[in-house]
Amino acid sequence: MLRRTFMSLMLALVAAAGFTATGANAEDRFIVVQSTTSTQNSGLLDYLLPMFKEKTGIEVRVVAVGTGQAIKNAQNGDGDVLLVHAKPAEEKFVAEGYGVERFDVMYNDFVIVGPANDPAGVAGMKDVVAALTKISEAKAPFASRGDDSGTHKAEKRLWKAAGIDIASASGDWYRETGSGMGATLNAGVGMGAYIMTDRATWISFGNKGDYEVAVEGDDKMFNQYGVILVNPEKFSNVKAEDGQAFIDWLIGDEGQKAIAGFKIEGQQLFFPNAGAGNS
Amino acid sequence: MQDFAASFVYAAELLLSGDPELWAIVLLSLKVSLSAVAIAALIGMPLGAALAVARFPGRGAAIILVNSLMGLPPVVVGLLVYLLLSNAGPLGVLQMLYTPGAMIFAQVVLVTPIIAALTRQVIEDLDAEYAEQLRSFGVSRLNSVPTLLWDGRYSLLTALLAGFGRAVAEVGAVIIVGGNINHVTRVMTTTIALETSKGNLSLALALGFILIGIAIAVNAALGMVKVTATRSAYA
Repeated sequence: MLRRTFMSLMLALVAAAGFTATGANAEDRFIVVQSTTSTQNSGLLDYLLPMFKEKTGIEVRVVAVGTGQAIKNAQNGDGDVLLVHAKPAEEKFVAEGYGVERFDVMYNDFVIVGPANDPAGVAGMKDVVAALTKISEAKAPFASRGDDSGTHKAEKRLWKAAGIDIASASGDWYRETGSGMGATLNAGVGMGAYIMTDRATWISFGNKGDYEVAVEGDDKMFNQYGVILVNPEKFSNVKAEDGQAFIDWLIGDEGQKAIAGFKIEGQQLFFPNAGAGNS
Repeated sequence: MQDFAASFVYAAELLLSGDPELWAIVLLSLKVSLSAVAIAALIGMPLGAALAVARFPGRGAAIILVNSLMGLPPVVVGLLVYLLLSNAGPLGVLQMLYTPGAMIFAQVVLVTPIIAALTRQVIEDLDAEYAEQLRSFGVSRLNSVPTLLWDGRYSLLTALLAGFGRAVAEVGAVIIVGGNINHVTRVMTTTIALETSKGNLSLALALGFILIGIAIAVNAALGMVKVTATRSAYA
């Protein structure tokens, strides 16, 4: 019986391996990019990648998760390129030898969205620190990502700048969903909470209810995206050449123009700024 | 709730439009989950049957273990399989992560205990009925396994269906090991999760209706097999 179980197990592995082999044809040229939900949910990558494939024949397979998880996956060598938005964490990733070099790609900005009745009276404010202070004073519900994503990190920095200890309000008016941007928007809209989101995800989001952008335009809400090749010296499976080709295209003229050309409902969602202060 | 009605119509429209993207996703869902169930059956059925007829110390504990593993959380299985298949993990050399093969692997882990546990129950009942007869023919306990499995084949279909239901409906494991990559590892459940996160609730719900439809179709197909087979057996 043991032998039979063992044989079945072997069969399973062989079958699964066979499936992999047929699933990925030898002539398929592809790279895996670990990226964030905002670039995928907004439709930006669906717009850019076919152009890149047309030009180079390289297929880009995107795993869209939070920035924290994307970096973790890349640290395991599971991906060729990292495209995320948390500059300090990205620089740490490169400094620790997991990445080759970090390049600025584009930016957009964060906004705080809230229900039309505006319980904290922050609608139309520009100063985000003052707005967060008002929200905390009013104890108006605020839905946070709570998932160590790029957006969550940026949000925590802003609370810190406002001198507010959100940990003590956790579970009260400050609610951490522990999920992606879309899921947090769905939950926040459902509970009438203010939510900080990147503008791209917000514009393309389909379940807005009566929500509107309440706070926008503060320099502190600038959201920079960077791209990094995973270090092939650390992980021999990294397709350095094709990965670098993608990075070069993205930060080159063609990619930058394509990023600027991506619009939803007439609004430009991402603003290319490669070459503006690489680290 | 106009969402429900709208989603029903939406689902019908999606199906009728013959959108190749949608069909590719449906096909991949079926391919992954049916492969996983087939492999899990090869492992789980002999295992469950052996557990039913064999007598060894610790058998009770083994049965409790298998029964408990029916409740394995998909997200935990996803994480374990991810750590195994990751390039930093022991099976990284297979380069299986983010492929349908990885999704099958994870679902096999999820489904095998379900099939094994249900098989054990079915075979134990059959064994109670036939043990004396089989022993009188001089068939040892373990050698009676094939006979019992064959005899219980129609009841065991339910075990397969339970396994398929679990596989085709879970999202937690496949989204971690598959990565929900468009045109490569995107299946019904991960598409529904993605559309929900985009706030496209009626599209997500419409896809949900289609998924339920697939489950009904598979169940009906197997049900037909059972009916025709039993009929011809007693004809």
